[in-house]
Amino acid sequence: MNLVAEEARAARPNPLEPSPTVGRSLVPVPVEAETVSAGPPDSELRRGDVDAWGRSERVRALARMLYDPVYRYWFRAEWEGLENIPTDGGALIVANHAAAIPSDAPVIMHGIEVELQRAVYGLAENLFRTLPVVGTLWSRTGGVPAHPDNAYRLLHDEQQLVLVFPEGAKGTGKHYRDRYKLRRFGRGGFVEIAMRAGVPIVPIAVVGAEESMPILWKSKRLAKLLGLPYFPITANTLLMGPAGLVTYLPAKFKLRVLPPIHLDAEPDQERYSRSRVMEESERIREEIQIALYDMLRTRRSVWFG
Amino acid sequence: MLVTGLGTFWGSRLAQQLEQRDDVEIVVGLDTTEPRLPLEHTEFVRADSSYSILSRIVQAAKIDTILHTHLLVDSTSSTGRALHEINVIGTMNLLAAAGAAGSPVRKVVVKSSTLVYGANFKDPYSFREEMSRTSAPRTEVERSLLEAANFLRDFAEDNPHVTVSKLRFSNVLGDDIDTVFSKALRMVAVPEILGFDPRFQFTHEDDVEGALLFATTNDVPGVYNIGGDGTIPWSEVCAIVGKPRIPLPPLLTNWAVEPLRMTRVLDLPPEMLSLLRYGRGVDNRRFKRAGYEYKYTTVGTVDAFARSLRLERVVGDSSSSYRYERDVETFFRHSPAIVRTDP
Repeated sequence: MNLVAEEARAARPNPLEPSPTVGRSLVPVPVEAETVSAGPPDSELRRGDVDAWGRSERVRALARMLYDPVYRYWFRAEWEGLENIPTDGGALIVANHAAAIPSDAPVIMHGIEVELQRAVYGLAENLFRTLPVVGTLWSRTGGVPAHPDNAYRLLHDEQQLVLVFPEGAKGTGKHYRDRYKLRRFGRGGFVEIAMRAGVPIVPIAVVGAEESMPILWKSKRLAKLLGLPYFPITANTLLMGPAGLVTYLPAKFKLRVLPPIHLDAEPDQERYSRSRVMEESERIREEIQIALYDMLRTRRSVWFG
Repeated sequence: MLVTGLGTFWGSRLAQQLEQRDDVEIVVGLDTTEPRLPLEHTEFVRADSSYSILSRIVQAAKIDTILHTHLLVDSTSSTGRALHEINVIGTMNLLAAAGAAGSPVRKVVVKSSTLVYGANFKDPYSFREEMSRTSAPRTEVERSLLEAANFLRDFAEDNPHVTVSKLRFSNVLGDDIDTVFSKALRMVAVPEILGFDPRFQFTHEDDVEGALLFATTNDVPGVYNIGGDGTIPWSEVCAIVGKPRIPLPPLLTNWAVEPLRMTRVLDLPPEMLSLLRYGRGVDNRRFKRAGYEYKYTTVGTVDAFARSLRLERVVGDSSSSYRYERDVETFFRHSPAIVRTDP
């Protein structure tokens, strides 16, 4: 012990001249720290399987089992260009957003998970977190609050697939007559995150979500009263009554993955040129819009594709 | 070396540790209350909470390092007035003394809390040191800590020759310290908010001590988050401790806990309720990069706490029953009757 203290003293630099290797070469904690920390590893102490992102594999397995029939037999999702999704490394997936209660997020997440065996982290409005039970279930199944830092850590530090809908509630809250017309892509925050994390953007065009729960009428007053982004009357509730709140119409889902976009920008910058960000954002929006029109041209039936 | 908050748990523990180091010559402890643990040669000075006599002590004893552990983070242990007095006015006077012309102080280490980040649904899952909170502070303890942080930032800017380290600790658990959450986990059934199961990050009390000592004995300027690796849901914390949970209503929660407060069963202040709703995680990598090695992870901390609870159930409270006696301490320190062996 004395020897260690001697060494520690010898190694300590003059406090007035802080060395460039701040604290690194010094003896930080007492030597017995090694023996103290020799308790059982975390894996033996854990009683649950909730990870740092709040997801639980058990809950996810259950959700997958319950959702798979919906994906396969209700929406009959059909993919095109799946090879454009990288099999390893981080990538930011962006797609168009639709339906009063968005049906596209689970289809994309479940689809990529079953087709490619890769987990997808869906970023969503953090208002979800304020809802009891729903918020907890949502995060257990793989939802992450859309905070730029969460996205950055998933993409950069953990090299995961992250899904975002740049239109946000503007996409899901639009009237049925505006279907497949993309809204503004926010402020291009998603481009900035991809640049900072140094990952490609993979755009996906989704056809089918718009017809799964179309909004026929919206009440601004009720939305304000309830503190919701929008309060819709959907075709589903007109047809099915209260059951329509949770039941989608069986629209045929078609998804086209567009070639990944590698942004030519230095990662980890403090700021990126606004004009560059908006330009890229607009370009991606247009690509998805063109793909959507192309897919709609060949679609013969809403229900059968 | 000057330690503030000697009458608190941390102050006493750290003074004890510092006494054992050969490179620390003199430890002066400052507080309004007496030390909690037996100390061999730490000089205890009783001061009022705003440290008005501080600049005299600093000059007279040629203090070169100040370890400021006396920031209150547990709002249940004192009133809002006292919080302001100790956290804001105390820190202000301390830094004023440390920054006075000709002051010998070269290092200031402050123990703060991740309470400064708050807990809100807009939060990122893992706060980094340079991020600020996403919602305005609503409680006195958070406001006072933020104000103290501002004083510290100004002090660091005005005194570039002083190494200023600020450590923000996440929730602490351990055998010897009482916190709101350790009290909650000692209850027969542990409160939770119905439908919420937020992520928690804990620091073991040994790591609090270790981190403060590390910052005191190394040069690590800047702000650092301190917290064990990983986060676990509140339900799992309760499972490891082996306690059932009792749900609080998700609406009007603050009113619902009022009976608990009034009967003194458990005082859950608003900042802890929002933590029970949204949780908080911090990025602890910066302090690791500076060279600190944690002894406990978050799960390890909770497990260690569960062990000490089990022991406590059998043998009762085993914490020290030391009482400071001024005359006795003076006798041992200064009386010619004591045989001193020079090292």
